[in-house]
Amino acid sequence: MSSFRVSGRGRVDHTQPIQFTFDGKKIKGFKGDTVASALLANGIHLMGRSFKYHRPRGAVTAGSEEPNALVGTRRGPGRFEPNTRATVQEIWDGLQVNSQNRYPSLSFDIGAINDKAYMLFSAGFYYKTFMWPKSFWDKVYEPFIRAAAGLGVSPTEPDPDHYASRYLHTDVLIIGAGPAGLAAALSAARAGSRVTLVDENAEAGGSLLSEPSAQIEDMSAWDWVGKTVAELKELGVKLMTRTTAIGYYHQNMVGLCEKLTDHLASPDGETPRERMWRVRAKQVVLAQGALEKPLVFDGNDRPGVMLAGSAQTYLNRYGVRVGDKAVILTSHDSAWYAAFDLADAGTTIAAIVDTRAEPNADLVAEATKRGIRIMAGHTVTGTEGRLRVKSVRVNPVTGSSVGAPEVIGCDCLLMSGGWTPSLHLFSHTKGTLAWDEERQTFLPDHKAEECEIAGAGRGLWGIEAVLNDGAAMGAAAVKSLGKDIAPASYAVANDRPGTGVSHKELPTDLDAGKARAFVDYQNDVTAKDLRLAVREGMRSIEHVKRYTTNGMATDQGKMSNINGLNIASDALGVPQPKVGLTTFRPPYTPTTFGAFCGYHKGSHFEVTRKTPIDSWAEENGAVYEPVSLWRRAWYFPKDGEDMHAAVDRECRATRASVGIFDASTLGKIEVVGPDAVEFMNRMYTNPWTKLAPGRARYGLLLGDDGFIRDDGVIGRLADDRFHVTTTTGGAARVLNMMEDYFQTEWPDLDVWLTSTTEQWATIALNGPNARKVLEPFVEGQDMSDEAFPHMSVAECRVGGFPARLFRISFTGEVGFEVNVPAHAGRALWEMLWEEGQKYDICTYGTETMHVLRAEKGYIIVGQDTDGTVTPLDAGLSWAIGKKKPDFVGKRGLARPDLVAEGRKQLIGLLTEDGKTKLEEGAQIVLDPNQPKPMKMVGHVTSSYHSDAAGRPIAMALLEDGFNRMGETIYIPMADRVIKAEVTGTVFYDPEGARLKL
Amino acid sequence: MLLIHCPYCNQTLPEAEFTYAGEAHIARPADPSSVSDEEWRDFLFIRTNVKGPHYERWRHFHGCGRYFNAVRDTVSDRFLITYKTDDPRPELSDLLEKSK
Ligand SMILES: [Zn+2]
Repeated sequence: MSSFRVSGRGRVDHTQPIQFTFDGKKIKGFKGDTVASALLANGIHLMGRSFKYHRPRGAVTAGSEEPNALVGTRRGPGRFEPNTRATVQEIWDGLQVNSQNRYPSLSFDIGAINDKAYMLFSAGFYYKTFMWPKSFWDKVYEPFIRAAAGLGVSPTEPDPDHYASRYLHTDVLIIGAGPAGLAAALSAARAGSRVTLVDENAEAGGSLLSEPSAQIEDMSAWDWVGKTVAELKELGVKLMTRTTAIGYYHQNMVGLCEKLTDHLASPDGETPRERMWRVRAKQVVLAQGALEKPLVFDGNDRPGVMLAGSAQTYLNRYGVRVGDKAVILTSHDSAWYAAFDLADAGTTIAAIVDTRAEPNADLVAEATKRGIRIMAGHTVTGTEGRLRVKSVRVNPVTGSSVGAPEVIGCDCLLMSGGWTPSLHLFSHTKGTLAWDEERQTFLPDHKAEECEIAGAGRGLWGIEAVLNDGAAMGAAAVKSLGKDIAPASYAVANDRPGTGVSHKELPTDLDAGKARAFVDYQNDVTAKDLRLAVREGMRSIEHVKRYTTNGMATDQGKMSNINGLNIASDALGVPQPKVGLTTFRPPYTPTTFGAFCGYHKGSHFEVTRKTPIDSWAEENGAVYEPVSLWRRAWYFPKDGEDMHAAVDRECRATRASVGIFDASTLGKIEVVGPDAVEFMNRMYTNPWTKLAPGRARYGLLLGDDGFIRDDGVIGRLADDRFHVTTTTGGAARVLNMMEDYFQTEWPDLDVWLTSTTEQWATIALNGPNARKVLEPFVEGQDMSDEAFPHMSVAECRVGGFPARLFRISFTGEVGFEVNVPAHAGRALWEMLWEEGQKYDICTYGTETMHVLRAEKGYIIVGQDTDGTVTPLDAGLSWAIGKKKPDFVGKRGLARPDLVAEGRKQLIGLLTEDGKTKLEEGAQIVLDPNQPKPMKMVGHVTSSYHSDAAGRPIAMALLEDGFNRMGETIYIPMADRVIKAEVTGTVFYDPEGARLKL
Repeated sequence: MLLIHCPYCNQTLPEAEFTYAGEAHIARPADPSSVSDEEWRDFLFIRTNVKGPHYERWRHFHGCGRYFNAVRDTVSDRFLITYKTDDPRPELSDLLEKSK
C-alpha cells in the first residue's frame, strides 16, 4: 500500500483490505478506515469544492465537525446521500463516493471562476446584488440563486430504507465516551445506577484513541479503554456507539440518532438504517470534549492545511501520515505533540511555527531533541499550491509589525488555534455560558437542567485532569439520585497537558483587503467579510452571522464561531462576552429526515379514518376525497363517466327517485343529564326548552365573539338526552369547546358529554321514494307523515338493528338518516341497497351532497363561512333564540363591528351567460374598469353546475350583499371578466314543497 | 418534550397527552349582556402575553380530559405548579420562593 500508511499503526485492521471508489477511481483502505482516512492514506487531500467560490478543499478535521470534505455516497439503487462527511463515513467493499460542487471534474471546475471574482461576492452579496431592478427577480436572480444554491445534489428516488424510533428511560445518560465519559460511567455504574453511555464514533475511547502512548493506571491508554468498556458492560451499562446526541430538550430529554447500517457492506435488510431514541434521563453528564479551532490566515483552506489534532488522530487511530513534510502552525501546546508523533512516524517536520514568543521550554527541548526547527513568535501569512499546499510563507512578528517572509516547502500545514469546549447540547437547554478570560473561551455557567459537564467541556486539559473530573462528575450525578460513591482517582504517565492563546485573524504582510483568510470554510466567509459587515453597520453578532452567513453552514459554526466572535469583537471594539454568541440549535450534526420520520411514512404518515361502509364504496368504484382525516366517497363514476357526468346523474337520480349516502363521518355527541337542556340552551343559539322529545332542530354554534363555529341537526331523545351532530371536520373541536365551557364556566351543571361519532354508522336516504325504501325495515315507529313528520327523531329498530332514526333533509327532498351501531352499518346499507333496486336507487358521494345542498342554499360551515361570519351574515338569524338571556356568542353579536352596516353577507350568484361556472375563491369587484389594485368586495364560496337549475349556481360572501339583490357584480379572472347577478341563495324549490310526503 | 403533572390524575405525563388552552383566570362575565363593549373586548381578546411566569390552562386531552391551570415560565418552559380549576390562584411570590 501507499507510503502514507504506517504499517502496524492505528486501530484499523491491516489484515482486512477494503476497496471502494472515489469519483469512479478504485481506492484501497482497511477495515476501520473512514473515507477520509483511506483517501489520505493514498495521498489524496483534495476531496471537494467550497460552496460559494468553488475553492479546492480537503479534510480539515477527522470528525463530525468537518466543514469541507462533504461527499455523495451511493449504497445501491435509491440509496444516494449527498453531503456525507468523508471524515465520518466508514468504508466497505463497493461503497461509491463522489465529490460534489464541481463540474466537469474535481480537479478542473468551471465554477471556480467565482473565486477569481471574489470581490463581487463579499459579505451581504445576496442582499446587495439581487436587490435591483425588481423585474430581474423572476427571470435572472432567482434562477441564478437556485442553480448555485445548495450543497451536493438531492436524491431523486424514494428512500428504500426504513427507520425506527424507541423510548429509553435511564438514571444517568452520559454523552461522549472519551476519558471523561468513561470515568463518569464507571462512577455511576459502580454506584449501582442504570447508565447509558453514547458516542458518535464507531468505538468508545474518544481522544484516548489518538493518544496511545499515555499510560493510565500502569497500562496503555488503549488497554485501559478496553478494560473499562468490559467492566462497564459487566455492570450493565448500555453502551451505544455510532450514536449522536442530536438535541437536549427540557426535563432531561435527549434525542439520540443511532446509525445502524451505513457502515455495512451488506445490511441484512431487517435492521433499520437509523434509530431515533428519545431518552428521558434522571441525570445527564455531558462529556463531549473540545473541538480544535483553525487559525485564520491567507490560504488557510488549501488542501493539505489541516488541524494538528486531526493529523494526530489520522496517524494514531488510522495509521495514516497526512504528509511527508509538514509545517506546524500553532498557538497551543497540543500541536507540538502532534508534530512529535508524526516526526517519530517518519514525517519530516519542516518547522514548528508558534505564534507565542516563548513556548513551553519542555516542548522546545523535545523538539530540539528531534532536530525540529522552532520558529517562535512567527506566523504564517500565506500558502501556495493549486490543488494542494506546496509551500507556506512564514514571517516573524514583533508587536504589531510583521517581518520579511521566508518560504518553506511542505506538503501539509498542521494548525491549532486552541480548543473550544463543545457546549452545543448544554446550550440547547438554555444553560448559560460565561466568558473565561484566561482560556479565551466560553465555559458552562448556569445550568437549566439536571446535568453535569465533565472534562474538556468545562475547559480542563490533559488526560489525568479529565479522567479525574469525569469520575467526580459521575459521582456527583448519582449523588443526587441518593447514591454515594467515592470517585476513583487516576494517575496518568506520559500525559500531555498544555495551554495556549487565542487569536483573531493572524497578522499579515499582505494588503489586508487581499488576504483570503477563511473563518467559515463551508460558506466561504473570510475575516474580511466579517469586518465589512461591522463596517456596514451590523452590531449584533446575530446580524453579523446572517449578513455574512458565518456559522450557518452544516457544521453550525463548530469551526468558526469563536474565531468569528474574536474578529467581530475586535472590529466592534467590544470585548467578546459583550458581543455574545449566536444561538446553538439542534440537531448537533446533520440528521436524516428518515430518522425524524421513523415509522411515520407512507400509509403510516397519518391515520386514514374509514367508515363502516367504506369497504362497500371501494368495491363499487368510489372515487375518494379526504375530509379532515376521513376518506369519503366523492362520487361513483359508471361506465367511464367523468366527475361532471357522474355528479349530474347522481343528483338527477336522487331528486327523481331516491339516493343513498354514507353520512357516518358526521360528528356525534351525546349530551345527557338533568341539566342537558340548560346546557344546550347555553351552548347553541337556538332555544331548546320547548323542543319535545322525538323532535329535531337545526342547531347553530357560535364562539363568544359571535362568529359561526359549527352547525348540525340535534335530536331530543328524552327530556335529559340530546343526540347532537356536528360537521365532519368539527367534531373534536366542538366537543372540546363544550367541555371547556362545561368544566370551567358552568361546573354547576349536571351533564355528561360523550363522543359517539364512531359508535354510529349513519345512512342517509333522500328523494321522493326514500320512505318506500326504508319503511319495510322499520319496527316500532309509524312512518306516516302525521306520526313522523319532517324534523322528527325516534329510537326504533331498522333492519333488525337498534336504531336512531331521523327524518331530516340536507337535499331539500324527503330525507331520513338512520343511525345503527357501527358494526351493523354495512349490513343495513346492503339491505337498503337491495330494496332500493325497485326504485332505481342511486348511491351518491360528497360532491352530489354538496350540489344538492347548494341548490337549496344550505351552508357548509368552513366553506361558506370562514370564522368571520355571523348568523345574520349567513342569513341564519332565524336560528337565534332571541328570548334567551344568554348563550355563547350572544354578547358577541352585539359588538359594534358585528352590528355595523356593510358587512359581507352570503348571497347567491348567477353568471350572466348561464353557462360559466365560477371558481370557488374568486374575488368580486363592483367596477371592473377601476384602476388596479381593484377594491375587492367579496369572494365566491361555493360554485357548482346544478342539474336541477339547468345552469351553474354559486354562493358568495359579498359586502352589503343583502342590499344588492338584482345588481350585477364582476369577477375578474386572468383571461376575462365574468358578469354575474346577485340573487338569493335558494335555487330550487323555494317553497319547500318537496319536503312533504 | 415537556413532562406535565395532571392535578386530577396526580401523574406526571408526556406533553403529547396534553393540549394548551390559553391564559388562565379569565372568567366569562356572569351576565354578559350587562358588560360594556370594552369589557367584552378585553374578555375576548386582551391577554397578558408575559415573558416569565404565566398563568395558563392546559387540558389532559388524551387522558382524563380535564382542564386545569398551571404557572409556566415562558422563558424556560419550566412549570412552577399545576392546579385544579377550582383551586385559588397561587401567589407568584410563594411559587418563586418554593422553586428556589
Ligand atoms: Zn389527567
